[in-house]
Amino acid sequence: MAITVPRPDLSAAEKTYLPALWEGLKVTARHFKNNLFGKGKVTMEYPEERWDSHLPEYYRGVPALVTDEHGKDRCVSCQLCEFICPPRAITITPGEIPPGDTFAKTEKRPQEFKIDMIRCIYCGMCEEVCPEQAIFLQKDYLVVGTRREDMVHDKQKLYEIGGLKTGLVNKWDEKK
Amino acid sequence: MPDFIQPWLFLLPIIIKVVVVFAVVMGLVAYASLAERKVSAFIQDRVGPNRVGLPLTLLGFKKDLAIGGLFQPLADGLKFLLKEDLTPGHVKPFYYWLAPALTVVPALLTIAAVPFGSTLFGYKMVVADINVGFLFVFAIASVGVYGIVMAGWSSNSKYSFLGGVRSSAQMISYELSMGLSLVPLLLVMGELNLGKIVEYQAWHGWTLLPFTDLRIQWSPHWEISGLNWREILLWIPMLISFVIFTTAVFAETNRAPFDLPESETELVGGYHTEYSSMKFACFFMGEYAAMITGCALITTLFLGGWHLPIPIIHDGAFSLQTRTGDHGTLWGILNILTFLGKVIFLVIFFMFVRWTLPRFRYDQLMRLGWVWFFEIALANIVLVAVLLAFFPK
Amino acid sequence: MVNVQVDGRWIQVPKGTRAIEACKQNGSFVPHYCYHPKLSAPGNCRMCLIEFGSPKMGPDRKPIYGPDGYPEISWIPRPQICCSTDVAEGAAYRTQSPLVDECRRGVMEFLLINHPLDCTICDQAGECRLQEFSIDYGNAGSRFIEEKVKKPKRVELGPRVTLDDERCIMCSRCIRFSKEIAHDDVLGFTERGSHTTLSCFPGKKLENNYSLNTVDICPVGALTSTDFRFKMRVWFLKETKSICTSCGTGCNTEIGSREGKVYRQTPRDNEAVNQCWMCDYGRLNFHFLHDERRMTSALVRDAEGTPQPQPLAKAIAAAANLLRQFKPSEIAVIASARQTNEELFLTAKLIRLLGAPLFDIVGRHQHADGILVSDDGNPNTRGAQLMKVSAEHPGSFVPIIVGKVNDGAIKALVCLSEDAVEFGAKPAALAKLGALVTVNLQSNATTAAAHVALPGAGFAEKRGSMINVKGRLQRLNRAVQPPAGAADDWEILRDLLAALGGGNGLYSIEDVFKRMAAEVPAFAGLSLSKIGDLGVPLEGKI
Ligand code: SF4
Ligand code: SF4
Ligand code: SF4
Ligand code: SF4
Ligand code: FES
Repeated sequence: MAITVPRPDLSAAEKTYLPALWEGLKVTARHFKNNLFGKGKVTMEYPEERWDSHLPEYYRGVPALVTDEHGKDRCVSCQLCEFICPPRAITITPGEIPPGDTFAKTEKRPQEFKIDMIRCIYCGMCEEVCPEQAIFLQKDYLVVGTRREDMVHDKQKLYEIGGLKTGLVNKWDEKK
Repeated sequence: MPDFIQPWLFLLPIIIKVVVVFAVVMGLVAYASLAERKVSAFIQDRVGPNRVGLPLTLLGFKKDLAIGGLFQPLADGLKFLLKEDLTPGHVKPFYYWLAPALTVVPALLTIAAVPFGSTLFGYKMVVADINVGFLFVFAIASVGVYGIVMAGWSSNSKYSFLGGVRSSAQMISYELSMGLSLVPLLLVMGELNLGKIVEYQAWHGWTLLPFTDLRIQWSPHWEISGLNWREILLWIPMLISFVIFTTAVFAETNRAPFDLPESETELVGGYHTEYSSMKFACFFMGEYAAMITGCALITTLFLGGWHLPIPIIHDGAFSLQTRTGDHGTLWGILNILTFLGKVIFLVIFFMFVRWTLPRFRYDQLMRLGWVWFFEIALANIVLVAVLLAFFPK
Repeated sequence: MVNVQVDGRWIQVPKGTRAIEACKQNGSFVPHYCYHPKLSAPGNCRMCLIEFGSPKMGPDRKPIYGPDGYPEISWIPRPQICCSTDVAEGAAYRTQSPLVDECRRGVMEFLLINHPLDCTICDQAGECRLQEFSIDYGNAGSRFIEEKVKKPKRVELGPRVTLDDERCIMCSRCIRFSKEIAHDDVLGFTERGSHTTLSCFPGKKLENNYSLNTVDICPVGALTSTDFRFKMRVWFLKETKSICTSCGTGCNTEIGSREGKVYRQTPRDNEAVNQCWMCDYGRLNFHFLHDERRMTSALVRDAEGTPQPQPLAKAIAAAANLLRQFKPSEIAVIASARQTNEELFLTAKLIRLLGAPLFDIVGRHQHADGILVSDDGNPNTRGAQLMKVSAEHPGSFVPIIVGKVNDGAIKALVCLSEDAVEFGAKPAALAKLGALVTVNLQSNATTAAAHVALPGAGFAEKRGSMINVKGRLQRLNRAVQPPAGAADDWEILRDLLAALGGGNGLYSIEDVFKRMAAEVPAFAGLSLSKIGDLGVPLEGKI
C-alpha cells in the first residue's frame, strides 16, 4: 500500500531554501571548528591505534575451519557455505574419506577448501549455515598479501587459523 | 641584446604573467583537492589525509615527517601519472582523448581575463586586458561543457552518456540565468572590461558591500560620502544578482548540490566513468580549476576583486581608501594577496556547501533554473533599469 | 471413462487409472515413495494414505444423487493408500484433510526413526523426497530416544552403484525395477522389521547396463552412483536438456554441469523414446569431454613436419590451401554419423565443393538389448543418410577409402570426428598423404598424422539436431562451453567452406538449420526451436 507522507508546511522564507542552507552551514561549521581544534575526532588511526582490546564477542573476522577435540576435521564438504556465500568467496572440492580412516564414518571431507579473502565480505553467512559447526568467523582481521594468490586461504591455512574448538556437538559418533 | 628580439620584448611580462598565473592556479587546484578532503573530514569528524609528508626514512632518519599530509597532492599527482592508462575497446578514441583536454583548457583560459591585482611595476595584473573580458569569460566557460558532453558520448557507456546529457542540459539552463543575473551589473557600471569593473568597485564601493568607499568627516563639518540612496536602493538587485550568479556558478561547475552529472549513487562516476589515470585527473583538475575560476569571477564581480579598503583617519575624517600598485610595490603585492585571499575564502565556502547540502533532484534543478532564477533575473533587470531611470548617475 | 470426485471436484478419468494418478490429474499431489508410474505398486511405504469415499446407497441399493446430479458420498473412516487402487465409478478421494495430514506425519516419523543424520554428506540432498516431505510433514526434533538400528554403509552393489543401507526406506522401487524393467532380478530384502536390509542375492551383483536407473528412482540417498558420489551437490548443477549420443536410440537426457564441467547425465522423460530410463553406458559416456586427450588448439604442420599450435583462422586457411592443390578424384572424405545434422549438412556442402567422389560415414553395428540400446552405435545415421553424406549402406565405402589411402591412390583425406587408423588406415600411409585434414575433439592416431588438425566440440558443448533410429528429430543443447581454443564443429566447417568457396552468410546455428530446412524437404517448416524438448517424428518424410 502506498503511503503518502504529508509535505511539511513551509513558510515563504523557508521556501527560498536559504534559511535551511544557513542552518546547515552552521552545523557543518561547528563540526569543522571543533575538529580543527582537535575535538570531536572519532577516527582510530590504524595501525598506530588498534581496536583489538575492544573487539566485541560477536566480532566477525576471517572465516576459518576448526578441528574438534578428537582431532577431527569438522567440515564434511556439504558445500552449503559455498552455496550461501554472497560474493562466492568459497570454493570447495569435495573428497571422500577412505574406509580405513579413523573418521571413516563421516565418509566425506573437503579435498580442498579455498576462501578468497579478496572476495569475502565477512558476513558470517557461512558460519550461520554450516550444519556441522565447522566454520567460524575468528577475531583476526589482518589479512594481507602482496599478490592475489596470497589472499586465497587454502584448507591448510584455514585449519591453521581456525585451530581447535571444543564443546561442539559430536554427531558422527559411531553410536549415533 | 640582439636587435631582432627588441620588437618581441613586450611579450616578456605577458609570458611571466601566464606562467605565474598558471602555476598558481595549478597549485591551487592541487591544494584545493587536499583542502576539500581535509574540510570534509573535519566536517564529518574524521581525520582526512594525514600521512604523506617528507619521507625522511629514505634519507636515513628514524621517522617520516607527516606534516598533516601536506604532500598528499604530490602523491596523488604521481599516482595519476603512474597508473595504467586504459582506453576501453568500445570508445571512440579521438573524442575520448580530446574530451579531458577540452575540460581543463577552458577552465584555465577564463582566468586570463580576470584581474588578479592592481598593478605591479607599472604592469596591469591581468593576463589579457581585453575590453570584452566579460563576454570572453562567458564564451570560454561555456566551451567547457563540450568536454563533458564529448566524454559522455565517446565513452559509449550508459552511465557516461547519462552524465554527459545531464551536464549539458544543466549547463545550458544555468548559463542563461547566469548571464542575465549579470546584466544589472553592466547597467550600473557600463563596463565590460573586468579590470575596469574592479576599478569601478574600488572607487564606488563593492557591488556586494557598497560602503567600502565610505568617508565620514566630522570636522570642520559633518559629511558622509560614499553611501547614498542610489547605492542603497541598487544594493537589493545586486544582492539578488549575487545569489543567482553564485548558485549558477555552483551548477556550472557541477559542484554539489548540483553535481548530478557525476552523482555516484546513480551513475557510477558519471561522464568520467570510463576514464582512468591522467585522463581522469584532467577532468578532476578541470573541475577544480572551473571552481577556482568561478570563485575568481565572483570575487571580481561582487567582492571588489583585488580591492582592500584601507581605513585611514586623517584630517578629522575617517575614510576607507584604496591603495594600488601605483602607491608602491608593497601595495601592489597586498592587492594580489587580497584577491587570492578572497578566492580561497570562496573556495572554502564552496566546499562547506558541498558537505552541507544534499544533492538536488534533477527536476528540482531544472525547475530552479528555468522557473525561478530565469524569471527572477529578468525581473531584476527591469528593476535596475527602473531604478537607474530615477537615479541617473 | 469413469467419474471420480477428487477434493470435491468431479473429473473424468480413463478406466484402470490408479487413484493416485486421478488425484494428480486434478492437480492434487499426493506424497509417495514406493509408487512409480512405470512399476507395479506394492503399496509398502504408506505415504500415500488418503481418505476414500463411495456413493451413498439408498435402501434400493442405488446411489443417492445430490442436487448437482452426482452421487452423494459416504466416506470411509479409515484412510487407504491410493497408489495401488484403481478408480471406480463414483469413487471419491480427499487428499487434504486433518486425518490425511495426521497419517502423513505419522508415516514420516516412522520413516525417520532410524534414518541417519546424513543429509550433509548425502548425494540425494536437494532432490530427496524424504527431505522434501520432511519439510511438509516432519517434526523439527525426534522423539526417538532408543538407539538407532545400524546397518551397512558404503556397500558396493555393483560396479556402478553404491548402497547406504541406513538411508533406505524399504520402498522396493529398486527391486521392482530390476525385476520388471531390467529383467535382472538381483535385489531383495533380508531381515525383518526395522532391521530390513536391502542387498543383492548371494553371488549376484547389480551390474546390468541399467543399474544406474535404480539410483534415479530411489526416492532417498540409499542408492548412489559410484561415479557421481561425493563429486558435487546437486543444487549447484545446471540442468540442460539434451540427448544421449552413445547409440541410435537417442535417449532424452538432462546434463548436470557446473562451471564448465559436466558432472552427470540423467534420463529425461520422453514416452516416445526412452520413457524415463537410460543405459549406464550412455549415462557415463561423458568423461571424455574433460580428459587430457582433448584438443585445445589447432595444430598445423610446419615446414619440418612438426605440428605447431596455430590460431584457428590460420589453420583453417592452411587446410583450404592444402586441399585446393588436389584434383577432386584424389580427395576422399570420411564423415561421421556422430556429427549433428547441421554439421553433416555443411559436410555435404564440403564434399560437393571439393567434388570428392569418395565419401562415407563410419558404420557401427552392435547388438540391440531389447530394452533401449539400439543395434546402431551411431546416434545420427539417419541424419547422415538424409544429408547424403553416407553411402547406400552406411560404412560400406570406408574400407574402399582406407584401401585407397593405404595404396596411395587417394592423396588428400578429410576425416571428421573419426579415427581412420581404427578402421585399417596405416599410419605410415596417412603420413604419406599430401593433405590430411581432421576435425576432432580428441587427439588420436589420425590427428597425430594430420597436416591440419582442428579442435572440435563434444556433444554437451554444442547445439544441433540428430535423427534417431526411429526417425525422430531431436535436439542437443549446450551445457558447457568448449574448452578454450576448441570451437564448435559447425563453425569450423563453415569457415573451411568459406575459405574454399567464399562467404556463405551463416552466422548462427539457427542460420544453418534455416538453410537446411530450405534445402531438405523433410525439415521443411521446422526450426531448431520448433523441434522442442521432446523432438518431432519425421517418419514418413525420410
Ligand atoms: S564448512 Fe560447514 S557448511 Fe561449509 S562445506 Fe564444511 S560442513 Fe558444509
Ligand atoms: S563470511 Fe560471508 S563472504 Fe566470507 S566466506 Fe563466509 S559467507 Fe562468504
Ligand atoms: S536420504 Fe534424504 S533425508 Fe536421508 S540423508 Fe539423504 S538427503 Fe537426507
Ligand atoms: S534402496 Fe532406495 S529404491 Fe531401493 S528400497 Fe531402498 S529406498 Fe527404495
Ligand atoms: S506410494 Fe502408496 S504405499 Fe508407497
